[in-house]
Amino acid sequence: MNAIDPALAGRPAATLMSGNQACALGAIAGGCRFFAGYPITPSSEIAERLARSLPEVGGVFVQMEDEIASMAAVIGASMGGVKSMTATSGPGFSLKQENLGYAAGAEIPCVIVNVMRGGPSTGMPTRPAQADIMQSRWGSHGDYPIIVLTPWSVREIFDETIRAFDLAERFRTPVVLLYDQVVAQLSETVVLDVVRDTALVERKWASGPPADYKPYAAGADGIPPMVRPGAGYRTHTTGLTHSENGFPTQNPEAVTRNLSRLFSKLDLNREAIDAWHTLGCDDAEVVIVAIGITARAASRAVELCRAQGVRAGLFRPKTLWPFPEDALRAATANARAVLVPELNAGQLSREVQRILGGAKVDGLFRFNGEPLLPSEIAARAAALVKGA
Amino acid sequence: MLVDQTAEFDVRDYLRKEMMPHFLCPGCGHGIALRALLWAIHDLGIDKDKLAVVSGIGCAGRLSAYIDANTFHVTHGRPLAFATGLALARPDLQVVVISGDGDCLAIGGNHLIHACRRNLNLTCLMLNNEVYGMTGGQVSPTTPETLLTTTTPRGNTEPHFDACALAAAAGAGFVGREVTRHVPKLKELIREGLSHPGFAFIEVLSDCTEILGRKNDLGSSPEMMLRQKSELRPTAYRDTVDMPFRPNHLPTGILARNDRPEYGTSYRRAAAAAREAKP
Ligand SMILES: Cc1ncc(C[n+]2csc(CCOP(=O)(O)OP(=O)(O)O)c2C)c(N)n1
Ligand code: SF4
Ligand SMILES: [Mg+2]
Repeated sequence: MNAIDPALAGRPAATLMSGNQACALGAIAGGCRFFAGYPITPSSEIAERLARSLPEVGGVFVQMEDEIASMAAVIGASMGGVKSMTATSGPGFSLKQENLGYAAGAEIPCVIVNVMRGGPSTGMPTRPAQADIMQSRWGSHGDYPIIVLTPWSVREIFDETIRAFDLAERFRTPVVLLYDQVVAQLSETVVLDVVRDTALVERKWASGPPADYKPYAAGADGIPPMVRPGAGYRTHTTGLTHSENGFPTQNPEAVTRNLSRLFSKLDLNREAIDAWHTLGCDDAEVVIVAIGITARAASRAVELCRAQGVRAGLFRPKTLWPFPEDALRAATANARAVLVPELNAGQLSREVQRILGGAKVDGLFRFNGEPLLPSEIAARAAALVKGA
Repeated sequence: MLVDQTAEFDVRDYLRKEMMPHFLCPGCGHGIALRALLWAIHDLGIDKDKLAVVSGIGCAGRLSAYIDANTFHVTHGRPLAFATGLALARPDLQVVVISGDGDCLAIGGNHLIHACRRNLNLTCLMLNNEVYGMTGGQVSPTTPETLLTTTTPRGNTEPHFDACALAAAAGAGFVGREVTRHVPKLKELIREGLSHPGFAFIEVLSDCTEILGRKNDLGSSPEMMLRQKSELRPTAYRDTVDMPFRPNHLPTGILARNDRPEYGTSYRRAAAAAREAKP
């Protein structure tokens, strides 16, 4: 058992805190030592907390001039070898997409928290929404892989923030932590473990003679080792398509080789990335697929359904992207109907339909800043079974 | 890796020879600026392993790939923001930014003014060729009035920036300008900038010979450089020697220098105090 961070030692066993506070503490526990951000509701508490705490553990906090700059600074710090993070909400997430694509393409580990608000544009800054499900996957131009985690409770935000850093470092990729305003700002009593049974993941550093090192040459796992500036390797990093040596190329074979590796590197490692949570799916005639605060309402809806004799279940992806498709197929194999309630005009349901086919998937959408209630979800789920 | 600093400067000691030939057009001023930068690095005995060069997108931005150091070719307009993160996370590195006039003043203008204000220990070389070279010769924030570009087909009517005045007003610790015509002076200016503990902004007046030069009939590369000289006399000469010439509206040399606290040092000092104060 390793103490994950001395900064957490001596904390009271049970603490009342918000999701955003848990995120900031999880970041420090996860090894984050650099944060750059730009204030935006409902994410600012993360920055405020880290502005205070990071210097105390030898880290750096900087408030940049905008979200484009914050994302750039985070990548710059990570290229310097330091675990780095930023946090934002919808409008800022849009601005971060440019450099998020750079991190994906140049394979620079980093963590981006997006506390969703309603949109489009400035939308509803203080109201819950889940409308960045697709942007978190496809927001930057071009094809690229990305990992998105979506916690549903204060405690899970803490754990998933740590997991976000582990995945980012292990797979050399940006990882988005995506959650809604309700779980961000509700306060829950949590007990933060100061020990866990696995060590934090550290970046795979290159060893061996610099002359033999190729920055984008990878072994069977598809993940090339990195180098720290100052370690004698003197490499080049670029957002242009590059070959194994890191220098720009437009040679079709070299481009195909590197991009094929990039596109498949997460798929090669799905057992380490996929994570989901099921509730009562084994005998379910209707499975509800949901994330965040909507999944919490849905878990109550499962109870309400079962109380009236409708066998409902819940499937909740914890890793949202890449979507745990096999697990979803297994959880819904015996269900007659699948319901996807979500706080947007139909994003998660589109993915669930893509995986399961359209026939048995229905959606329940709300985008007016109000969460979906358990009773509403239960009523629709029950109706699907009775109508089916 | 340290090159023997007592040896005479040989640019090949600092270039990635496997990247040659470079892609710059014949006569392009950017290559001259690169040479001056590497010369200054040699003079100061900067360890190549500790040198990080961050560049934006454009012909200027492509230069980082040729330097035998830790090099990062980032997104258009953002090299100062990337470099801010890198320099804050790794104060042990000497971080140099190479940017173009479009990169630094148009898309990256906001990052420039805040980098000046923050005064973090970075050296920013803005290679001003008065045009968007890489994209084929569109107007930039420094294109002089009346010049033809592909997006000012009847001559530019927009006023242009004085980047050094902007940087000085925004608080940069060190501001200077030099022409590629005077390589030793340019090298000296960059040397001063690299030695300055704070944000150093250096504007290099460079020539886009193949695109802006051709489009405006500015002559051959040497002729374009001579034009730099006739237009840019040391301030002391102005109004006397320059009388027959056009007035010197862009002064050269060190234009501003102050001893405002360096941001990284201030931050680390405050952080250390916070750690000390914690029981
Ligand atoms: C976000 C974005 N917008 C536009 C471009 C296209 N682009 C590439 S280089 C460039 C201008 C470069 O001009 P400058 O910075 O002056 O450099 P130069 O090529 O003249 O050295 C532009 C607009 C881009 N790469 N990225
Ligand atoms: S296009 Fe202009 S700036 Fe670019 S390399 Fe050619 S001469 Fe230089
Ligand atoms: Mg230019």
